Amino acid sequence: MNPADTAFIMLCAALVMLMTPALALFYGGLVRSRNVLSTCMHSYAALGLISVLWAVFGYSLAFSGDIAGLIGNLDHVFLLGVGGAADGPVSNLPHSVFMIFQCMFAGLTVALISGAYAERIRFSAMLLFSALWMVFAYCPMAHWVWGGGWMAQLGAVDFAGGAVVHMASAAAALACAHAVGPRAGLGKTPMIPNNLPMTLFGGGLLWFGWFGFNAGSALAANALAGHALVTTHLATAGGMLGWMLVERIRTGKATTLGAVSGALAGLVSITPAAGFVNFMPALFIGFAGGFICYGGVLLKNRLGYDDALDVVGIHGVGGTWGALATGLFAAASVNGVDGLFNGNPYQLWAQFVSVIGTWIFVYIVSRVLLKITDVVLGLRVSPDAELQGLDISLHSERGYTM
Amino acid sequence: MKKLEIIIRPSKLEEVKQRLSDIGIHGLNYSEVYGFGRQHGHTEVYRGKTYEVDCLPKIRIDVVIHDEALDKVLDALSVARTGHIGDGKIFIYDVLDAIRIRTGERGPAAL
Repeated sequence: MNPADTAFIMLCAALVMLMTPALALFYGGLVRSRNVLSTCMHSYAALGLISVLWAVFGYSLAFSGDIAGLIGNLDHVFLLGVGGAADGPVSNLPHSVFMIFQCMFAGLTVALISGAYAERIRFSAMLLFSALWMVFAYCPMAHWVWGGGWMAQLGAVDFAGGAVVHMASAAAALACAHAVGPRAGLGKTPMIPNNLPMTLFGGGLLWFGWFGFNAGSALAANALAGHALVTTHLATAGGMLGWMLVERIRTGKATTLGAVSGALAGLVSITPAAGFVNFMPALFIGFAGGFICYGGVLLKNRLGYDDALDVVGIHGVGGTWGALATGLFAAASVNGVDGLFNGNPYQLWAQFVSVIGTWIFVYIVSRVLLKITDVVLGLRVSPDAELQGLDISLHSERGYTM
Repeated sequence: MKKLEIIIRPSKLEEVKQRLSDIGIHGLNYSEVYGFGRQHGHTEVYRGKTYEVDCLPKIRIDVVIHDEALDKVLDALSVARTGHIGDGKIFIYDVLDAIRIRTGERGPAAL
């Protein structure tokens, strides 16, 4: 066990934890004022629910042993055998510290999905779907990529969770948008963000927390963690400028929501690549991510699904771009893996397979789980409750009393 | 007594309050309202999607004055004019009676 690594990863776990409340602010500001609390609640509730389930059996399913390259075993249910000894998947950290760092990722991933079904889902349905989704989608994905499952064996690399966190949550978001249906009045009444300053502050806190997410994914306080911190920051700054530029060209003005959305697009895009690419490719990945995700959010208007807060447009499109960009720009001098531009076309193929595998697997599993949830509880609130707003109808509270 | 319902640009509120105070108007209420007239609205853009916003924020001032103060008040309200569409409107009503709740005084003495 390494004390410096342990201290660093504990701090990173706290940073990643902060991303979920940050997401609550980010999403909460984007909905209409009658749904601000219910939208924040989705993130907070996900953090609470998933943390409990993670300790009970989620961690074991994702990271304990291996069954046929598909899922972990049940050796560590109720955190049995997860203690201070460095006998977990990594030898430099106490097993418990590795477990809690991974716990924060699981909670955030489930919270990310909520952008798709905001403003219309039943709270009980959200909880049931989130619990099922962690078991049947997140744990297998985490196992496949980080737990020694088939994607890892294939050679696909995902530094901090482009597939496990961003593509997976976006594929689930697309399934939710399809299964739950559009918000009442979409296209007829304007759906204007109720509090953009809150969204901007949430976006800034996400950026801050993301340093723990990406640099911490080195799982040690070393040069690779420092490298990932730099690539993360450069890509985020680039993404912000990219989105502002494309907005200026298309609509004549750069917007604050565009700037923070671009920063998020940069963060998502660099997530799988952060510990595999050099600095200038990282800057390009983020900058291009700003452009590409701008197109991604326009997609829903063309394809007709109501992904309310653009989980697919930003996390799905950005995550996919980042995973493929890792296959293009990876350099062995950074972390032992070369991409296409460094003479290793196979890497792009492995990334491509992991992208397709993630989207198809998670989308199908999510649709099945949503169907089950719909039969058991009903996914959607009544039209009256939706019109009144979920804050009053589901939680008996109002966000703003002025 | 006359009641004036004055719709103005939000940016003109402070000047209007000051001018009314200067000519001895000692009480008024105002509220934020949304509406449209000839100005119509504007467009807003969120993540590349454009919305036409047809109702704009305005300030509505309600004030009740003595009949003989009317011309002076209307003159003072010219400060709300910019000359562009969207300056607002003034509606003038006759008031039947007024009561100061604290003392029970009625009529112009209650103002």
